[in-house]
Amino acid sequence: MLALFYIFIGVAIGVSVWQITRIMNFRSSIANDKDNAAQGKYAIGFLAFLYAMMIYCLIFMNVIMLPESASFEGEHDDNLFNITFWLIGIVQFIMQFLIFYFTFKYKGKEGQKAKFYADSHKLEFIWTVTPAIVLVGLIGYGLWQWNNVMDLSDAEDPIVIEVYSQQFRWDARYAGADNTLGLGNVNFIKGINTMGVDMSDKNAADDKQVTELYLPKGRKIHFKFRSQDVLHSAYMPHFRAQMNCVPGMVTEFGFTPKYTTEEMRNNSEVIKKTIGINKIRRAKGEDPYVFDYLLLCNKICGASHYNMQMKITVVEQDEYDKWLSEQPTLTEVIK
Amino acid sequence: MSDHHHKETFVTKYIFSQDHKMISKQFLVTGMFMGIIAVMMSMLFRLQLAWPDTSFTIVEAFLGPHQTDGIMNPDIYLALVTIHGTIMVFFVLTAGLSGTFSNLLIPLQIGARDMASGFLNMVSYWLFFLSSIIMVISLFVEAGPASAGWTVYPPLSALPQAIPGSGTGMTLWLVSMAIFIASSLIGALNYIVTVLNLRTKGMKMTRLPLTIWAFFVTAIIGVVSFPVLLSAALLLVFDRSFGTSFYLSDIFMSGEVLHYQGGSPVLYEHLFWFLGHPEVYIVLLPALGITSEIISTNSRKPIFGYRAMIGSIMAIAFLSTIVWGHHMFVSGMNPFLGSVFTFTTLLIAIPSAVKAFNYVTTLWKGNLQLNPAMLFSIGLVSTFVTGGLTGLVLGDSALDINIHDTYFVVAHFHLVMGVSAIFGMYAGIYHWFPKMYGRMMNKTLGYWHFWITIICAYGVFWPMHFIGLAGLPRRYYTNTNFPMFDDLADINVVITIFALVGGIAQIFFIANFFISMYRGEKATKNPWKSNTLEWTTPVEHVHGNWPGKLPEVHRWAYDYSKRVDSNDDDSDYLHGQDFVLQTTPLLDGEEPS
Repeated sequence: MLALFYIFIGVAIGVSVWQITRIMNFRSSIANDKDNAAQGKYAIGFLAFLYAMMIYCLIFMNVIMLPESASFEGEHDDNLFNITFWLIGIVQFIMQFLIFYFTFKYKGKEGQKAKFYADSHKLEFIWTVTPAIVLVGLIGYGLWQWNNVMDLSDAEDPIVIEVYSQQFRWDARYAGADNTLGLGNVNFIKGINTMGVDMSDKNAADDKQVTELYLPKGRKIHFKFRSQDVLHSAYMPHFRAQMNCVPGMVTEFGFTPKYTTEEMRNNSEVIKKTIGINKIRRAKGEDPYVFDYLLLCNKICGASHYNMQMKITVVEQDEYDKWLSEQPTLTEVIK
Repeated sequence: MSDHHHKETFVTKYIFSQDHKMISKQFLVTGMFMGIIAVMMSMLFRLQLAWPDTSFTIVEAFLGPHQTDGIMNPDIYLALVTIHGTIMVFFVLTAGLSGTFSNLLIPLQIGARDMASGFLNMVSYWLFFLSSIIMVISLFVEAGPASAGWTVYPPLSALPQAIPGSGTGMTLWLVSMAIFIASSLIGALNYIVTVLNLRTKGMKMTRLPLTIWAFFVTAIIGVVSFPVLLSAALLLVFDRSFGTSFYLSDIFMSGEVLHYQGGSPVLYEHLFWFLGHPEVYIVLLPALGITSEIISTNSRKPIFGYRAMIGSIMAIAFLSTIVWGHHMFVSGMNPFLGSVFTFTTLLIAIPSAVKAFNYVTTLWKGNLQLNPAMLFSIGLVSTFVTGGLTGLVLGDSALDINIHDTYFVVAHFHLVMGVSAIFGMYAGIYHWFPKMYGRMMNKTLGYWHFWITIICAYGVFWPMHFIGLAGLPRRYYTNTNFPMFDDLADINVVITIFALVGGIAQIFFIANFFISMYRGEKATKNPWKSNTLEWTTPVEHVHGNWPGKLPEVHRWAYDYSKRVDSNDDDSDYLHGQDFVLQTTPLLDGEEPS
């Protein structure tokens, strides 16, 4: 395989050099009608290639894309995305057609005269106003959804969870029975207190530190993010959720899980994607893949940035309650 | 400048030249050299992304201490993407593009003997040269070059404990960038002053070719925004070297609490993107200006909507300075700010759409001369549309949440500003090569170069959107730690093959460029039958551009195929041919266009 690869590169360079020396002997510089005719045809050929590739990707890469949103808030994201994508897709197909078809249609010919056409206020008005109107719609829906997602003030009875990042791992802290996190600061980091929780804060006593996220289905989760060293970004693609973790400040994000991990594994899109993945893994002799929600680091943070992840498990409320009650509180662990 | 007879030595003519034509060539060749480095880097990390477990002799040869058994280390992977971005954005597409064509065309197209200050112009180039040298040297420091991404966000870029590249490599990066910014500012001020003051008789602002409008507005954006990057970089230097805390706070690293208190990386992000976003247009506008000129000339038609084009350039320039926050939707800044930036960002789509439509209308019913320069210009319109459209997805804060920093972004900005701007630069080189070197470039090689490049550009960046939509974050050394991305591996291989072929195909261009310089067909005075003033100068360069008096301008730059009867497409050309030099006086009763 590798030898083949080097041979391929060698041949490519060889052919290039040979062609270049051959071509440089023809001293021609300005396109004539023959060139125009040929290049016009190539433009149509390229248009065909572009259309084929665009359509191929749009159809066959559907399976690799993220499945439907696993959070209620993300539903509108998917919706807005679909609207936007259809819209730009149509414009893309039309514009590329016009660009390369015109290149072909109006290729230079002896005796052909170009139209002297410098201005049309009507046309320019149309294509200033049309995008403007379309954009008002997109901006309107987008901003409504943005406020929807980012406004955490009116959430009823949210579960407060702190996600804590450092090179190169994630930890999480549940707020416990009082649903209020104890204060944290890097100055309190010592020994087993790896998240720097201020144990003199009475809210900290019942906090629970864990290395994996468990979330109950249907409850609003209010995440608070901290970082102890560099910028990280908590990216939970299945929930359409992302927020940077910034040293020196607390950032926030919230969503409500819609499907449990188990339900998501039975989602038709996920099943299809998993089959595809496992075909590849079987060929390489690797263990089969089972779907799990993940939290990934999505802000460059150092050498092992590419492997900074945490598993997220979404379960029913009772299972969540049971799991949480099994976790020790910080008081039990630290003191 | 008035002294046309002073003796030129080798040093004053080729090295410390104050002639804008020579300086433009210096910018071009330096930019090309840097570009070759950056493209080779991208080919190295594309190898890594396609075949992460495969050992490559080529990796061993190039990366020396930064690889084990032919597989690159994660640190150097990050360094490669960082330096690739830095060099491409600043050294190739800012200095290489603006520096080359602003310098070459501003005096020639406005009818000036040289730049307002030839000396400052020379200083601008040599500062650029110095910063390039320092950037190249930074590649060879022991711990590796800067590796915190081209945006060098602190704290990662501030603390050598966080990543080895943030040691000497980062120091050199900052020094290089500071000098680069000085070079850029001096250049930009010179361009602005020259355009405002040295236009020849009759060259009203409303008669300027769109190239000059684009360079002029670009220079203004640069003057407004580059100083902010300089201050951002200086504060970062303070944090790194003098213990201040502008960007740093509450950091625990290598087992100890660092002393920094009260700063915020978000401040750096604001300062950086206040330049960083306008920078996109600093890169793109000159390319669009070049394209406007070339499409009009080769369509043998006036550019459609000249005033609307100027209006959109200015609208884009203005809006570009108030949209930087769209890079920071998930940075933790106040969501209300996010709303404002979404609004301003999507507004930019309007002038951009106007420009795209105007280009297409200019092609319509033209008599297209499909020279390589023309093809690259058409290619630019194509990639500009493709990349611009996905901006509607990314600019919408609600949608950005989930695709922020994924490969969708990488695909978007490479098409809309990377490939587009490079196409503009290639178009400019093919078109003005005769003006620079007095010889023509070979068209056949140009055609090969264009078709392979555009096919590979789409082959690389179109599928890349989809791996972004699959949730793959950018700047991952390898995706093998995530089984959920296993089905993207094949696509990565395809992308890499396109990238390698596209990269190697640039040999067509490099060879064409250097061989044509010496062996190309001798150029005539006005090979493309163009209207603008640069084609009224002699082929052989003379100091002061025009041997005698400066030309006088009587009309705008776009009187192509002007007819006797403006309503009758079959009527004869008004001036007997399909182009009218700007120096041609109006005929009796001729309406100015």
